[in-house]
Amino acid sequence: MTYMEKTVADEILFEEQLMPGAAWTHILKRGTALRLTDNEGAANVGAILYNNDNPVERLNIPDTLKAQHTAKIARGVALYSDMGRILASVTDDSVGWHDPLGGCLNAKMVTAKYGVATYQSHLNDFYRNGYDNFLIELEKYGLGPRDLIPNINFFSRVDVGADGSLSFHPSNSPVGSFVEIRAEMNVLLIINSAPHPLDPSPVYAPKPVTLTLKRVPTPTLDDFCRNSRPENERGFILTERYFL
Amino acid sequence: MSGINLVTSALDPAGAIYSEIIAAGDSWIHPINQGQILRIVDLEGNQAVDTLFYNAHDYEDRYDFQNTIRNQGNIYLTTGSRLISSKGNELLTIVADTCGRHDTLGGACATESNQVRYAIEKGHMHACRQSFLAALLSFDGGLAKRDIPNNINFFMNVPVTPEGGLTFADGISEPGKYVEMLANRDVLCLISNCPQLNNPCNAYNPTPVLVLIWDGPNV
Repeated sequence: MTYMEKTVADEILFEEQLMPGAAWTHILKRGTALRLTDNEGAANVGAILYNNDNPVERLNIPDTLKAQHTAKIARGVALYSDMGRILASVTDDSVGWHDPLGGCLNAKMVTAKYGVATYQSHLNDFYRNGYDNFLIELEKYGLGPRDLIPNINFFSRVDVGADGSLSFHPSNSPVGSFVEIRAEMNVLLIINSAPHPLDPSPVYAPKPVTLTLKRVPTPTLDDFCRNSRPENERGFILTERYFL
Repeated sequence: MSGINLVTSALDPAGAIYSEIIAAGDSWIHPINQGQILRIVDLEGNQAVDTLFYNAHDYEDRYDFQNTIRNQGNIYLTTGSRLISSKGNELLTIVADTCGRHDTLGGACATESNQVRYAIEKGHMHACRQSFLAALLSFDGGLAKRDIPNNINFFMNVPVTPEGGLTFADGISEPGKYVEMLANRDVLCLISNCPQLNNPCNAYNPTPVLVLIWDGPNV
């Protein structure tokens, strides 16, 4: 069975829209995958991940990057927890570069960059930010500021120059771009579509993203993510042991 | 801001109010008051010093690598770098640096990540996150595992390539190199003097470092 055939065979469980600027939380069960589709292009989806069975275990971006000798997220990359296990892996990706470095906006940065748009003046188009979106969702699951962790920004790219300088890469995600993450554990996934903090646009214009939840087969020994790095084979073994 | 900014300090170690050697593989937790200056000296060279800071009056407000690198527009820390917290506050500013480049992407080694990176059988080896936890357990501050964010690695060299690759390269530090920072507010400092033996971050030979604290001119 080829890679494309497998994707087509996945059973779709539900689909919904992540509204511009909004947050969305789901306990992504082992054996399912979430596909994010950038309907209009230039979306940004901030994401943080926790082991829902024991949330003190959570996404660790440095562990993820150094285990795979990468400074970007793309197909084949495993998203590691701080406990040497794989929370989720990137099984499909039309973009090739998602940002693990830029972080998220907070309310002060939004006001400085875009001005003020309150619920009173703009109803549900009020200006939101990743920091508050994450904290509010965390609170619903008994977690708080001590649990807030650095985030991934799907669909966005920040280049690192030879001197270490950071620059936002324009037009990284064309219309229809997608990325799919497969849960290798039961993952508390919190995402939000507030703008990327390094997006130079002076206009607050977050984008909608389609979310498609699928049931997917258990990864086999020849799985692309499992074999993309020798470290990942060990990561998959350690993750499997957690469920024995 | 460019990646390297070499600046020497005029401070005399004889005037320091505090001086302590952190043995290889040990941890250290200590308050640094606003206006005080902390110097970390790489005594024997190429020793990674895994370091965290907390706002002393709000431990929820702690060092944040993403806020720090985005604020300065550069992934490397050197003189002039301001260390920014999760709530967006300036914790400390690097005021002298004779090494020139420090890492904040590589995080801390852990027994579990060593199993992934090197071999499942290496889980017994001492690691920075063991030291961080030991220090927090010995410190009566209510801090726990969830309070260990991603850290700074002073004297460690982790270059990123334009293609998005990340490597642990040989160190650029040498015996006696130091980094010095001014506390912009009262902070708590947590250090693990890295015991990693599996990669070149400590030149395969972990060594002691020296920490010095001065009362600054504005105290």
